[in-house]
Amino acid sequence: MSSNLTLRASVLSFVIFALFIAAWHIATRQTGSVAAMDPEYAKLMGLTATTGKSAMPGPFDVAAKIWEHLKNPFYDRGPNDKGLGIQLAFSIGRVMLGYCIAVCVAIPTGFVIGMSPLMSKALNPFIQVMKPISPLAWMPLALYTIKDSSISAIFVIFICSLWPMLINTAFGVAAVRKEWLNVARTLEVRPLRKAFTVILPAAAPTILTGMRISIGIAWLVIVAAEMLVGGTGIGYFVWNEWNNLSIVNVIISILVIGLVGMLLDQALARVARLVTYPD
Amino acid sequence: MTLYNNEDRFISIEGIARRYPKAGGGETTIFDDLWFSMNRGEFSCIIGHSGCGKTTVLNILAGLELPDDGVAVVDGHAIEGPSLDRAVIFQSHALLPWRTVLGNVSFAISSKWPQWSADKVRDQAMRFIEKVGLKGSELKKPAELSGGMKQRVGIARALSIEPKILLMDEPFSALDALTRGTLQDEVRRICLETGQTAFMITHDVDEAIYLADRIVLMTNGPGAMVAEVVENPLPRHRGRIDLHKQPDYYALRNHLIDFLVTRSKSFKDEIPTDYSKRHPPIVRPTAALAPKADLSAA
Repeated sequence: MSSNLTLRASVLSFVIFALFIAAWHIATRQTGSVAAMDPEYAKLMGLTATTGKSAMPGPFDVAAKIWEHLKNPFYDRGPNDKGLGIQLAFSIGRVMLGYCIAVCVAIPTGFVIGMSPLMSKALNPFIQVMKPISPLAWMPLALYTIKDSSISAIFVIFICSLWPMLINTAFGVAAVRKEWLNVARTLEVRPLRKAFTVILPAAAPTILTGMRISIGIAWLVIVAAEMLVGGTGIGYFVWNEWNNLSIVNVIISILVIGLVGMLLDQALARVARLVTYPD
Repeated sequence: MTLYNNEDRFISIEGIARRYPKAGGGETTIFDDLWFSMNRGEFSCIIGHSGCGKTTVLNILAGLELPDDGVAVVDGHAIEGPSLDRAVIFQSHALLPWRTVLGNVSFAISSKWPQWSADKVRDQAMRFIEKVGLKGSELKKPAELSGGMKQRVGIARALSIEPKILLMDEPFSALDALTRGTLQDEVRRICLETGQTAFMITHDVDEAIYLADRIVLMTNGPGAMVAEVVENPLPRHRGRIDLHKQPDYYALRNHLIDFLVTRSKSFKDEIPTDYSKRHPPIVRPTAALAPKADLSAA
């Protein structure tokens, strides 16, 4: 029954995809010669005017370009012409660095906040104010103080990944069932062992939810941050190709950003399944 | 028949009180100046209505709560906090759901003996898992077990650390009658075999009659008192099947039910003149000696 459902869903997905590609192709196809015009003028205007070809690339243009990228993803021909793979590696590297620093800060801090009602009350106003700030609003301040655009981008990733993990960790730690803590107390489990063998596993599913939210936000923000700081990365690539008027490359970047974001999320979902316990 | 029994006081509750602040200011006294004691190797039950502070007494014995006044003494030492000498079987079994049966029991064992090797911990855990009849399920997670099996793990976990006292907070109240009966048999067998000192909270008169050597009767709260301590007159080796055929069975049962139905409420208003909070009367209802209980049941 469920395999049947999966099969039918896959068929439907494929049909939707095919319809989309067909519509895209029809909307951007050449419609033939539009009007007789001065050959000089036609030369000046290019195919768009002479054959009715849309400036928007069709699916086959994009597919051909993807193939080209896939064949050689890591070429490096100077600062403005690097392979898609290199650009992605830069972005993923920045996200991972900023995100990992955020994990190292958010989880221990969240533990402290979750364990101590005093710290929770004392830090709450700061968290509430900092949380809604758009990560990009930090950029000028980061650039001014750090004076390095690449590190500034990492800082922006750090600051945007921090809050969901911090809040979820604090919540998960504070919500550990009293009876489990009582078990630890009656067994005279030392604080550090209790933190690792009772509180951490109990709060792990909530913490992982926070980590998933954070990686999603970090990947959204890196594109915008790299458009601002420039130099390398998939965000910079999108903006550079827009300046080159290469809509094909812009479309490919959008697709790749989506795919990588999905992979990051799925990887954490897998980890979350490992630490989830049935109750 | 009232007598004072002071021999070998293993657990001694000495004038403990517990008060909670009231919502509108002031304090509610759950109980104060509570005294009773238990002997080594004895099985004691405490019976009383909800809100009389039974769980508070157990929590104080476990060290999870401290009394506002008085002291609870175990084996000559005042209780100052939780201890591995006193194991608790929780009403809600309180197993760690991310650990297997073996993992839950091992967690307790390695807490008690941190220096033990993994093999030794495992052997000890398996010994107690077998004792409660869960061999073959040791690698299952609690979510895969029935309610009765989960509580068996709770029992194995508590016994595996070889505590001086086993504390039980209505451990079987969430189970169906058949499972409850089997587990009562097991707990009784294990406690008799090992001479385990045990203290159990229960609502169930028949459970108390079957398991307990002494039954502490608590009046209704707030301001609960130990009305009396009932000595179980039934033979120590009693079976579930012929329990009700014992000559003293109905005298005991009527005495307990009479207490729960009427005297737990009225005791406060008609305190006997020779009643002393410090030495609550010890009563042994038998067919020959308890006409009062028979009358009230008629």
